[in-house]
Amino acid sequence: MDLTDCGLMEPGHIACAGCGAALAMKMVSRVIPEETRVVVPAGCWSIIMGRHPDLCVRVPNVHTPFALACGFATGMRAALRRKNGDSPVLVWAGDGATYDIGFGALSAAAERNEDIIYVCYDNEAYMNTGAQRSSSTPYGAWTTTTPDLKREDKKDVVFILAEHGIPYIATASVSHPDDLMKKVKKALRKSGFRFILLFTPCPTGWMMEESQTVNAARLAVEAGVFPLLEVENGVFRVTYEPSWIPVERYFELQGRFKDLDEKGVSSFKERLERRWRRIRERVKDAHL
Amino acid sequence: MYNEAMERRILTGAEAVACAVELVKPEVIPVYPITPQTHIIEKLAGCVASGRLSAEFIRVESEMTAIGAVAGALVEGIRAFTATASQGLLFMHEVLHWIAGGRLPAVVAVCTRGVGAPWTLWCDMQDVLSQRDTGWMQVFASSAQEALDFLILAYKVAERCSIPAMVALDGFLISHTAEPLEVVDDEVVSQFLPPFEFELALKGEDPFTLWPIPGAEKYYRIRKELFEDHRKALDVWMEEFDRWYSLTGRRYSPVEAVLPENAKEAFVCVGALSGTVSHMMKNALLDEGVGLIDIKLFRPFPEELLRNAASSLDTVYVIDKAVSYGRSGILGEEVEAALRDVCRVKNMVGSLGGLDLGPERIVELYRRARDSREKVIWI
Ligand SMILES: Cc1ncc(C[n+]2csc(CCOP(=O)(O)OP(=O)(O)O)c2C)c(N)n1
Ligand code: SF4
Ligand SMILES: [Mg+2]
Repeated sequence: MDLTDCGLMEPGHIACAGCGAALAMKMVSRVIPEETRVVVPAGCWSIIMGRHPDLCVRVPNVHTPFALACGFATGMRAALRRKNGDSPVLVWAGDGATYDIGFGALSAAAERNEDIIYVCYDNEAYMNTGAQRSSSTPYGAWTTTTPDLKREDKKDVVFILAEHGIPYIATASVSHPDDLMKKVKKALRKSGFRFILLFTPCPTGWMMEESQTVNAARLAVEAGVFPLLEVENGVFRVTYEPSWIPVERYFELQGRFKDLDEKGVSSFKERLERRWRRIRERVKDAHL
Repeated sequence: MYNEAMERRILTGAEAVACAVELVKPEVIPVYPITPQTHIIEKLAGCVASGRLSAEFIRVESEMTAIGAVAGALVEGIRAFTATASQGLLFMHEVLHWIAGGRLPAVVAVCTRGVGAPWTLWCDMQDVLSQRDTGWMQVFASSAQEALDFLILAYKVAERCSIPAMVALDGFLISHTAEPLEVVDDEVVSQFLPPFEFELALKGEDPFTLWPIPGAEKYYRIRKELFEDHRKALDVWMEEFDRWYSLTGRRYSPVEAVLPENAKEAFVCVGALSGTVSHMMKNALLDEGVGLIDIKLFRPFPEELLRNAASSLDTVYVIDKAVSYGRSGILGEEVEAALRDVCRVKNMVGSLGGLDLGPERIVELYRRARDSREKVIWI
């Protein structure tokens, strides 16, 4: 992959150095058509997209309130239908907008099978407000509102959305750009509600060296922490088999797991195994 | 001439709103039910299902998404409509601010209703007057006829000014009460309301961004512009009221005063209450020399018109159906600010949560307010 090709993204943005979410947009903007409506609810991307009147991705873009991405996108899609416009409508939302405050609207848009591509850039916390916990924050992670570490599992949004029976769900990681772009392209070819979850490490919130973004994303995939999946009409597929490196190697890079003790780490591993058992079951079902 | 273009029908306020929507022809209608708005959306569901109205009718999961979808459609340059009430309007609050700041000419019908807790289904104005500071224009209908007319007018003014507008009609009292009215025909409406063209609409060809974070200077300027344009919108309402009069023969004004000769006192109210007061005047249920000032347009607030209307009066009695706790009735507060140096202003909280406010109670309130030094009179 040509790393200098920024697609529709301007060279230069105002995200933190090493921002995984900015990197993810660079990849996505290489494959989306330039008339793609990009809907951005509150989050780091409200800033990254550019200060007035700048725009760092050359697309028609709308900023919305936090829980309103699906509302706006629904109206825009309906309006485009009236105009016979077939521009894709793409929501670009953080995990807080997706897993938490906009979750009801997300579920409803999926249930209505709105003709929208919903992309969640997942940095596993409310980063824009200073790294507070979201329901995407993993078990054992430090955030500013879980100084004693998060005790609950990361919400499994892929499973929940899979139960909505939408045409396409994919997960992808900035460590695997070709896979990521392939999945976005595939989503673009389909219609109906499409959901893509992107793993986008945040050096600032994860207390990690800026140079380690891609590395952390890769280790997360290889340790099975972030599974690369596709779900088409409810049918699960693992698109990349992890090499099952120890999760400690992933944790080591980051400050947010440094207080997790041995017991915590083994609990994390058990949770991980459970999760993969569930994934394997769904994959097996698919072959019955 | 205009009379021939008019069909007389018997409709409830909710049906009148649906009828107006059918005439305006918004192409995106996201809806979420709440009493007493439901008849509007049910009627529209029928219109769309039967093909009488060609629109995207979207049954969304909340008022927040309903108003979000209205905004989304407008962003694409397509006219939209939704209706709500009470908790639903409160649920939209964040987006109401967003739409006004974003200068989207949205139009929403509100069948006014009290707010919880405790639960109430019945009429007051707390829902709509609580949205006073969102930057929306607010117009109050006191009959089904006005609900129909004002909805069409609201689109015209909203689109001319790029300021959203809320049309309030009293829940049940107007929304569910059938009355004879005149329905304009398609031709009149298409003469009155040009096709929607929205200059901020996203165009596919250029990169374009709506509402990125500006510097504080720019933010301040944007909001100042909204404030100034709101003021200017008052003239636009008057122009469009005139135009509506020439097309339909129905004359409206932001402030409508009915004052007997030598009147020294008047009631001030919005919505259905003015119907009650005017009935009392006609049937001599009020003391002689007591009149009525009916405020049709609450935002932008027609301060000069109100001052002129009250210029010969000693006292006005404002009947409120909404309260600013720790202060007074909301309408009362506004009227007092406008008339401080014109006449005495008495404020009465006449009804909340549908408390029956008929002629007897109004007379009783009036007597008590007249003789009392209390700042705010409650029943
Ligand atoms: C209704 C509302 N509540 C709270 C906020 C404050 N807020 C802005 S962004 C944000 C967190 C966003 O988190 P996420 O969606 O994960 O995006 P990220 O910042 O991580 O990119 C919060 C809490 C808001 N803008 N609106
Ligand atoms: S806080 Fe994290 S997600 Fe936000 S801009 Fe910085 S690196 Fe990116
Ligand atoms: Mg986040």
